[in-house]
Amino acid sequence: MLAAIGVSSAEDLFGAIPEGLRAKKLDLPEGISELELKKDVHDKADNNYSTNKLVSFLGGGAYEHHIPEVIESIISRGEFLTAYTPYQAEASQGTLQAIYEYQSLICELTGMDVANASMYDGASALAEAVLLAVRETGRTRVIFSEALHPEYRQVVRTYLEGYKVGFTEIPHKSGVYDEAMLKKETDDNTACVIVQNPNFFGFIEKADAIEAICHAKGALLIACVNPLSLGVLKSPGEYNADIAVGEGQPLGIPMCYGGPYLGFFAVKEKHMRRMPGRVAGMTKDANGRRGFVLTMQAREQHIRREKATSNICSNEGLMALAACVYLSSMGRDGIREVARQNVLKSHYMKDRILKLSGFELFSSAPFFNEFVVRCGKDPEKIIADLLKHGIMGGIPLGRFYSGMKNCMSICVTETKSIEEMDRFAEVLGKH
Amino acid sequence: MEKLIFEISSEGRKGYSLPKLDVPDAEIKSLIPQDMLRVSEAALPEASELDCVRHFTRLSQLNYSVDTNFYPLGSCTMKYNPKVNEKMASLPQFTGLHPYQPESSVQGMLELLYETEQMLCRICGMDAFTLQPAAGAHGELTGMLIVRAYHTSKGNPRRKVLIPDSAHGTNPASAALCGYEVVTVKSDKNGRVDLDALKAAVDADTAVMMLTNPNTLGLFENNIKQIADIIHKAGALLYLDGANMNALMGVARPGDMGFDICHVNLHKTFSTPHGGGGPGSGPVGVIAALADYLPVPRVKLKRNKYVLDAESKKSVGRVRAFFGNTGIIIRAYCYMKSLGCDGLKDATVDAVLNANYLKAKLKGHYTLAVDGEPCMHEFVLTGKDKKACGVKTLDIAKRLLDYGFHAPTVYFPLIVEEAIMVEPTETESKDTLDSFAATMIKVAGEAASEPGLLTSAPHTTPVGRLDEVFAARELNLRWKKPGA
Repeated sequence: MLAAIGVSSAEDLFGAIPEGLRAKKLDLPEGISELELKKDVHDKADNNYSTNKLVSFLGGGAYEHHIPEVIESIISRGEFLTAYTPYQAEASQGTLQAIYEYQSLICELTGMDVANASMYDGASALAEAVLLAVRETGRTRVIFSEALHPEYRQVVRTYLEGYKVGFTEIPHKSGVYDEAMLKKETDDNTACVIVQNPNFFGFIEKADAIEAICHAKGALLIACVNPLSLGVLKSPGEYNADIAVGEGQPLGIPMCYGGPYLGFFAVKEKHMRRMPGRVAGMTKDANGRRGFVLTMQAREQHIRREKATSNICSNEGLMALAACVYLSSMGRDGIREVARQNVLKSHYMKDRILKLSGFELFSSAPFFNEFVVRCGKDPEKIIADLLKHGIMGGIPLGRFYSGMKNCMSICVTETKSIEEMDRFAEVLGKH
Repeated sequence: MEKLIFEISSEGRKGYSLPKLDVPDAEIKSLIPQDMLRVSEAALPEASELDCVRHFTRLSQLNYSVDTNFYPLGSCTMKYNPKVNEKMASLPQFTGLHPYQPESSVQGMLELLYETEQMLCRICGMDAFTLQPAAGAHGELTGMLIVRAYHTSKGNPRRKVLIPDSAHGTNPASAALCGYEVVTVKSDKNGRVDLDALKAAVDADTAVMMLTNPNTLGLFENNIKQIADIIHKAGALLYLDGANMNALMGVARPGDMGFDICHVNLHKTFSTPHGGGGPGSGPVGVIAALADYLPVPRVKLKRNKYVLDAESKKSVGRVRAFFGNTGIIIRAYCYMKSLGCDGLKDATVDAVLNANYLKAKLKGHYTLAVDGEPCMHEFVLTGKDKKACGVKTLDIAKRLLDYGFHAPTVYFPLIVEEAIMVEPTETESKDTLDSFAATMIKVAGEAASEPGLLTSAPHTTPVGRLDEVFAARELNLRWKKPGA
């Protein structure tokens, strides 16, 4: 090879790098074999306590759900896993058709008109939705509730750092939007109102009332939703949201300590040309056969550069495929059934806990699969003790809300059996 | 043609398995008010597990992938993705971790993340890294936020970001997303920064220069020290788009070159798979003076325990929820551990060797965008002289698909007419390179003798040339229930 190139050593190929910039030997250990690597990684893995050892009642934006095995079997296929972004459409019909099906499934679930091919996660999808609203309306105020996921609030603020936009954070009232205050704050300069549904506490917001307040002032309504809840809960399309975003992780994606997840992004048709990210569309080939391509690319960074609707390039394609397979295999009945089980089991858990002394409900607001209890003791201490019993309790809300130091949110999905819930209640009862 | 999953759907078919409800059943409307409940059912498909398996397996077979085809995409570093890394990332002791678990219960995870940051610091010559960004462009945005926070702390966020005209489209888009005005800096004929143009563009309002090194023509910026001096003298920062880091591992470090901030793409240089467009991961490294601006939380080692530290008054904040694309980070950790100090350098040397070999083979059959010096890990051809045969670069790309090769990156960088950008990576054998070169040469011959073969290509793929104009005009972005 060197002879073909016309050099005597591979080092000669690096002549453009000035001598003074050549690196010394990297300050890293020597490489290791597959066997040694597996031992090293297993040692680290075994130093974790995951759901294979613990019974978990954690929620707050990442959820333990049943993941049908068919998903892993499909997304680990090399033909999907090791393909690039489908820029050469004729050699990427598998990925492109799967994106088209994913977009269709998200539209069906959310009741929206158009969806993109994915965003990084729920929080960044929400931030991009806010950007869309600010650009579309030309207005400069963004309204959300304190019950919006605290990390999502931070991400929205971070993303909009370079914009002259102000934020109004409305304190929650018993865990949900304070409608009177929302009405007072929403005005002709409001670009959007964000409603998270269910919100960070798990409570279901009165979306119809919020929609009326928002649209009365011509602001856009952004719904940030748990897609799995839409098996039973009213969809963003049904309460007339302009943009629906959210975290797609509940749709067949493992919790994996926070990522990779899936931001989904769907809009009413009139907003589609301001949408960020890739979109697949149906077309035909030279012989009139159906096929799929990336389309509406005039919005994107590789064409529009600084005038693009977003800078996103790589997205979460394989996770969108996971969600696509999940929704296909759960299907019409499965999504309703799994959502029902979440509601019924979490309400059973709530009733069990309410019978214990020292615990009361924080709010009577309706909820989907998580709720907040006020504890007689410091929740951090309760959680540390639960861990000794092999139980990962809820989220101590004092970490996020200074006024809720004695509160804990508890999540119950279809993965919890009645025996596990009873055991959790039993251990809790000792506090 | 594979049917849509909606077309496969048949009423009453079921592909899921849930435990029988073991708590008292009730009507949902007795627990949640009716006006909060869904009115019309989502028209999801009804399919059996076998229906799903066959459908998605057949779809997968319509794809080209690294596991099945050579994928010489310039700037994308489509190297082999080792299987053991997949296995390690899918261990239940990782996948079953909730992001809000107490730190005491995730010590192994945090240790792995911490070590990954340390390895990236050493490879890049940086002092601190964040693993939070989910992709390269997300890393760029994070970098621009750090730039803004740094200058703001000095009293003025400044207004302008300098970007060469050869840069990836994400660079200007990321700068604009952060509220900066983009100033394009002209390249010289080799795609290197034109120092005079740079001197003319830089001023007291310049916040940062974003630079790709080696540049998108595959050439090392040999004036990098002067560039860094010019930028730093103006009080601005220098940012490396690390998309081309595969040319530098163990050979040269961005920190030594004068870069203050850099991102790397774990899904390029560090062998994590592309997944048909993601998930990726775009960690960002900085020099010590900028460490406090990194996003929170950061992994720290305190009294022999790993902790997540969310306290930093100067931090730009969060760029996403939770910690990062940890599943991807585990794969990159495995890659760096497997290769080690010498293996990483070997990877870079072999990547550069492969690129130069392929370039030598193709010279004489295609016009090189830059001739007369070795390239780094990739090189650019121009298809402009094939236009005389009535053939465009796009046609060459489509014809390659007929021979079972994925096409190189085409029409980028923008400064090369009819660009064809080739990056073979180190994981390809000489046999594969020879076979690809022979095919490229054959296609060049066909362009002259039978141009119609190219302009009507591809012929052997599952579908023929797709009509993008039709797709954009007659937008059909989703299936709709018949009659809906």
